[in-house]
Amino acid sequence: MSGSVKSGALRTLSQKVWDGHIVHEEPGAPSLLFIDLHLVHEVTSPQAFSGLRARGLKVRRPDLTVATADHSIPTTDRSLPILDKVAAAQVAKLEENCKEFGIPCYGLHSSHQGIVHVIGPELGFTQPGMTVVCGDSHTATHGAFGALAFGIGTSEVENVLASQCLLQRPSKTFRVNVNGVLRNGVTAKDIILALIAKIGIGGGTGTVMEYAGSAIRALDMEGRMTVCNMAIEGGARAGMIAPDDTTFQYLNGRPFAPKGEAWDAAVARWKQLPTDEGAAFDRDIDIDANTLEPMITWGTNPGMGIPITGVIPDASSGADAMARESLAKALAYMGLEGGKPVLGHPIDVVFIGSCTNSRISDLRAAAAVLKGRKVNPKVRTMVVPGSQEVKRQAIAEGLPEIFRAAGCDWREPGCSMCIAMNGDQLSPGEYSVSTSNRNFEGRQGKGGRTFLASPQTAAASAIAGAVADVRTLL
Amino acid sequence: MKPFIALESRLVPLPTNDIDTDQIIPARFLKTTSKEGLDKQLFCDWRYNADGSEKPDFILNTPRGKGAEILLAGDNFGCGSSREHAPWALTQFGFRAVISTSFADIFKNNALKNSLLPIVVPADVHAKLFTLPEDAKVQVDLKAQKLILPDGTAVEFPVDPFAKNCLLEGVDELGWILKQESSIAAYEASRIGTLNTLA
Repeated sequence: MSGSVKSGALRTLSQKVWDGHIVHEEPGAPSLLFIDLHLVHEVTSPQAFSGLRARGLKVRRPDLTVATADHSIPTTDRSLPILDKVAAAQVAKLEENCKEFGIPCYGLHSSHQGIVHVIGPELGFTQPGMTVVCGDSHTATHGAFGALAFGIGTSEVENVLASQCLLQRPSKTFRVNVNGVLRNGVTAKDIILALIAKIGIGGGTGTVMEYAGSAIRALDMEGRMTVCNMAIEGGARAGMIAPDDTTFQYLNGRPFAPKGEAWDAAVARWKQLPTDEGAAFDRDIDIDANTLEPMITWGTNPGMGIPITGVIPDASSGADAMARESLAKALAYMGLEGGKPVLGHPIDVVFIGSCTNSRISDLRAAAAVLKGRKVNPKVRTMVVPGSQEVKRQAIAEGLPEIFRAAGCDWREPGCSMCIAMNGDQLSPGEYSVSTSNRNFEGRQGKGGRTFLASPQTAAASAIAGAVADVRTLL
Repeated sequence: MKPFIALESRLVPLPTNDIDTDQIIPARFLKTTSKEGLDKQLFCDWRYNADGSEKPDFILNTPRGKGAEILLAGDNFGCGSSREHAPWALTQFGFRAVISTSFADIFKNNALKNSLLPIVVPADVHAKLFTLPEDAKVQVDLKAQKLILPDGTAVEFPVDPFAKNCLLEGVDELGWILKQESSIAAYEASRIGTLNTLA
């Protein structure tokens, strides 16, 4: 994705990973790249496996492939069958396909099941310098480790299953410099929402983003994953962060991370990955971490975000007639008016979860706000851990008790109300504060209206029964 | 994949920016394990009322929305998810090309693999297309990479040369990739990698 350059030239992180994975190049064709890790889930893979069968092909590298069920599964008691017959058939199909083609599958009843972008890193599959793909746009998450990770469609899933390779053109490089110190109550989620509000939902199209600067270095791996996860919401195929000691400490000892001498050799290789001093990017942008506030979206795409104390833009602020019409359409769908704040707007549901914000640090942050407090009785608050491992850790720390005592619903791992495929959804007209990544019309249920925010903001809003500024509770 | 042969069609205008894949086909329809039967779900929540009846004002429910093969959409079409169900639904409904000022990367890749041509035009041409009379037809000449407007103006559009060849010949990428077996095997032999998901 990030183009090859002559050897000896200064290179960015993404260019180094790209260069290291070129299998074949010829004039007129895209580069053929080798894929180090292919993550598979139930929704975008069945048609690809059918394609393999129709062509009589095998999976070339099951040892570089791993599957889990996350999108269409219920987040209720796992000892019960899946009631939605269509979803049940899809999950069964994944398990059948994995068995037939020899792919390891962390299915519905696995003790390692979870959201694909949560389990990849936590099991140590995701490693610096890798190329990682998945039939899911939030594959950008894995870029937090200095991997070149991006979402692909089902035809490309089939290509990778069959060949472990992908045809790609290089992307432009886009560096996002985030310097300064985040203030209390401001999180990784607010960095990425602020960036997307600044550049717009299509602002990163055709690019691979690299997040750099002191505020990024100061984030733990889970915060870095939150930032990279939403690269796609700014239009970028991938988001990356150079690996450093924080990365190595996170990975060391994970089940599928290298061990012993192989670990030392891997760390030595990974230390070569950061962007060369002086390497040029096609575009640079600066974000001042010192002045960031908690962010909230008001509209129907993730670029429609404002600081929590800000006001909703007026439809007349659009650049041209179609932009004004699109803004008016978003306001009408959301039932909001330009020029007014979102702060204090009543809500019906809070969703804490998704591949953006369902990891242990997200749950700890929400629990810290909710501890000793009660959610507003009119608000349905769902807490959905990202994986069985996150769930176990949360239990070990006593977090479910805090959530339950506050009046939250503590559930089983999955994508849940981020994509609303599994029955976890908003009713028409309902408002939610959600820690997920998309506020598109109907994303969390037909007619549902979503405000995107951090876990802290979501927890504070659950207590208030309205969009709230968490800083008033800190 | 069907070869993409010359196309002449009326336009179906959808003047909204940032149309995301959740609008093109909502996620609740992605539980299928098939590629088929998605045409009825195209733009489902814009197209139907809660009781399943058609919303009469939505363009696909008007005479103008039927039988035409080119969708004319606002900026940044296809943003959001990687679901290939989006181009599947568009092509099954009958679209063979979408015109916009820009497309999201993954949607564009998925469209090209399904004989759905994403046509990027400059903002002035884009604005002019929205003002054409309902029955005006445009022509798409993929070989020449030209969009020909009713007044005869030819507007060039970019297409990746490899994808163009696949479209014209109606072949997919996988056959080409598999022909690179010796390069793939050589890369694998020299590759440093310790991951084994089967371990």
